[in-house]
Amino acid sequence: MTDPNPSFFKRISIAFASFFSALSDPGYAARVEDLSQGKAPTPAPAPAPLRQASPDAALQLLALLQREARLIDFTQENIGGYSDADIGGAARLVHEGCAKVLREHFTLAPVRPEAEGSRVTLNDGFDARAIRLTGNVVGQAPFQGVLSHRGWRADEVRLPKLTDSHDGSVLAQAEVEL
Amino acid sequence: MSAIDTPRYAIGIDLGTTHCALAYVDIAGSDGETTRHGVLDIPQLTSPGSVESLPLLPSFLYLPHASELAAGELALPWGAEQDFAVGEFARSRGAQTPIRLVSSAKSWLCHPGVDRRAAILPSDAPPEVVRVSPLEASTRYLAYLRQAWDAAHPDAPFDAQDVTVTIPASFDPAARELTAEAARAAGYTSLTLLEEPQAALYHWIQASGGHWRKEVKPGEIILVIDVGGGTSDFSLIAVLEQGGNLELHRVAVGDHILLGGDNMDLTLAHVVARKLAADGQQLDAWQMRALTYACRSAKESLLSDAAQEAHAIVVPSRGSKLIGGSIRTELTQAEVRTTILEGFFPEVAAQARPATRTRGGLTQLGLPYAQDAGVTRHLAALLGRQAGATAELAGFAGKLDADASFLHPTAVLFNGGVFKSDILAGRTLGTLNSWLAAENAEPARMLEGADMDLAVARGAAYYGYVRRGQGVRIRGGTARAYYVAIESSMPAIPGVEPPVQALCIAPFGMEEGSAAELPAQEFGLVVGEPVHLRFFGSSVRRQDTLGTRLDSWQPEELQELEEIQATLPAEGRRPGNIVPVRLQAAATETGTLELTAVATEGGQRWKVEFDVRGSGQGA
Repeated sequence: MTDPNPSFFKRISIAFASFFSALSDPGYAARVEDLSQGKAPTPAPAPAPLRQASPDAALQLLALLQREARLIDFTQENIGGYSDADIGGAARLVHEGCAKVLREHFTLAPVRPEAEGSRVTLNDGFDARAIRLTGNVVGQAPFQGVLSHRGWRADEVRLPKLTDSHDGSVLAQAEVEL
Repeated sequence: MSAIDTPRYAIGIDLGTTHCALAYVDIAGSDGETTRHGVLDIPQLTSPGSVESLPLLPSFLYLPHASELAAGELALPWGAEQDFAVGEFARSRGAQTPIRLVSSAKSWLCHPGVDRRAAILPSDAPPEVVRVSPLEASTRYLAYLRQAWDAAHPDAPFDAQDVTVTIPASFDPAARELTAEAARAAGYTSLTLLEEPQAALYHWIQASGGHWRKEVKPGEIILVIDVGGGTSDFSLIAVLEQGGNLELHRVAVGDHILLGGDNMDLTLAHVVARKLAADGQQLDAWQMRALTYACRSAKESLLSDAAQEAHAIVVPSRGSKLIGGSIRTELTQAEVRTTILEGFFPEVAAQARPATRTRGGLTQLGLPYAQDAGVTRHLAALLGRQAGATAELAGFAGKLDADASFLHPTAVLFNGGVFKSDILAGRTLGTLNSWLAAENAEPARMLEGADMDLAVARGAAYYGYVRRGQGVRIRGGTARAYYVAIESSMPAIPGVEPPVQALCIAPFGMEEGSAAELPAQEFGLVVGEPVHLRFFGSSVRRQDTLGTRLDSWQPEELQELEEIQATLPAEGRRPGNIVPVRLQAAATETGTLELTAVATEGGQRWKVEFDVRGSGQGA
């Protein structure tokens, strides 16, 4: 069951996941487009109203990823005609820049500290928002399983403060050399 | 002192050539060698209208065009209205519009060839840009740090705290005075100046939490090597024992050398640019800056892992086509080693000395960068010059090897971003140890626990704390003796400059807060007219006492500093009259040198100023 009221950190992870899924999965992108145009599949009568996340933080993060990693340039370019070596060269830049943004603006930590592949026990009342059960999901807690992904959690977010007049929708200024 | 007068924090400010930092010690929350301390994250613009808090404030000032930014985009959290930007945004925006960027203000502040109070920066700005003076730029950085502190500590205002600002050990009296002047102009009410290498050692002492006493013993000589973004600075500190307690005594400092990490990055970028040019790829100025930036991270990576063969470098295109327009190349381990290790840290002999060229007649009024890039050669010159620095210290008499051709350090403390690379620290230490081995001395060891970026600010805050009576202090006083020139009375010979004598007015090692006696020598000051005197400093003539007159000296013994000047106000005197005065020198508590003219009759006193108007402009 999806949490009707995701936390700020959860929303960041949703925003990230949607962003990358929309880039790589046309079907997903189409569903997102439907959603954003209000063509949501049969909106069930929601007991709690869904909150609309403020676009400010998302725009700010995009602007940072563009400034440090040229991420928008990279994803908006048609890579069909380039060799893997050319793309790899640009990817280094994007990788270095994205890593810098994540390092400077987030404190990331794995959800589970154990090594991937090790056996873990989930006691009753474990946080289903932080841990996803897959495979043979039957029976009662405690659950025994193998950690296939440690997960990521943003322990801290440090986004720049903005002045009142700041226009967040400009992700990168056009540059005119005089 | 009442509780109201007692500051709650000791604040340390590193006013660096490329970065500033502010650290503090909570005086009340600290006890003995256990301190409560921290570093202030400084809110600063990182792009128009966007403010981030970062531990370092880049020492850059950007003077934007009136149409360049939308209204309110330079706003700061404390609501200050200003038409300039300081910090990260100034640095990044200025890289693209250098004609509006003031950088290296600190190097200009101690450049004897220019008028430091004149609006000359940016030096290549077109006429419509309103320029600022090196003094004004430094004032703005210091004022900015004060505002940042006040915004974060409304309950402990900056003016009520104990403030220490650091300066290079090699700063001459005029540059020290200008730094103090900038701080006063920035509204600093209490101020002490501290030499950066000493601050680095104070940080090491603080970080050891009392264990430093076990790590050094009496008779040792600690060499502090501080290579920052723009300058290289050395100091030698001796360990003494006095009544069962260890004492630290700063015995010598190096010359002012404009040579740092930024020069290294730029040199590497030119190596790579030449390689690209050989393949027919020309870089424009924008790409060159991007390349310099890429070379810095490639250098850091290659110099921290000797096994890495090469590091890929991508110069991004300026347009939005990232993949199509980028230039790919690489920096190899061999290139970094030849350029950085052999170029800046060559394995030279102890007798090596930096090369000096006579400057051409048409010297451009740019910064006087070091002519020899070899940091190790500058180090060899310092140690050679200071071979006898500890001869008169208690406890060192028997330990000195009479045959030693240079002063033998026993321990080395590295500081500055350049030494984040173990390879560079290792090369420097290795070179020093090869000199020591050649004279059958024990190898020097490296003192651990340095914090290359923030040690100076942290150490300065700790100094403000120990000055209040908690913990060890480094002694030593002034690191130079000072002299004024007296023209000898011999008949004038046409075409021959009359020979001068140097009169010692301030002996070596004057402690802060002490004044020299009045010398016997009198000077005649003409009422109403400025009188200029040539002024000299010596970092080696420890034996000269007040009033010593030198008829001749070796060129490396005495260095000519900027002239000093005194003007007697005309009130109550007839202009043109000559009043006999004597010159008195005092080392102030702040850390500056103060010269006073005292009338022989009547004892009236006038301040003698350092002439900072720049000899290069025909002052």
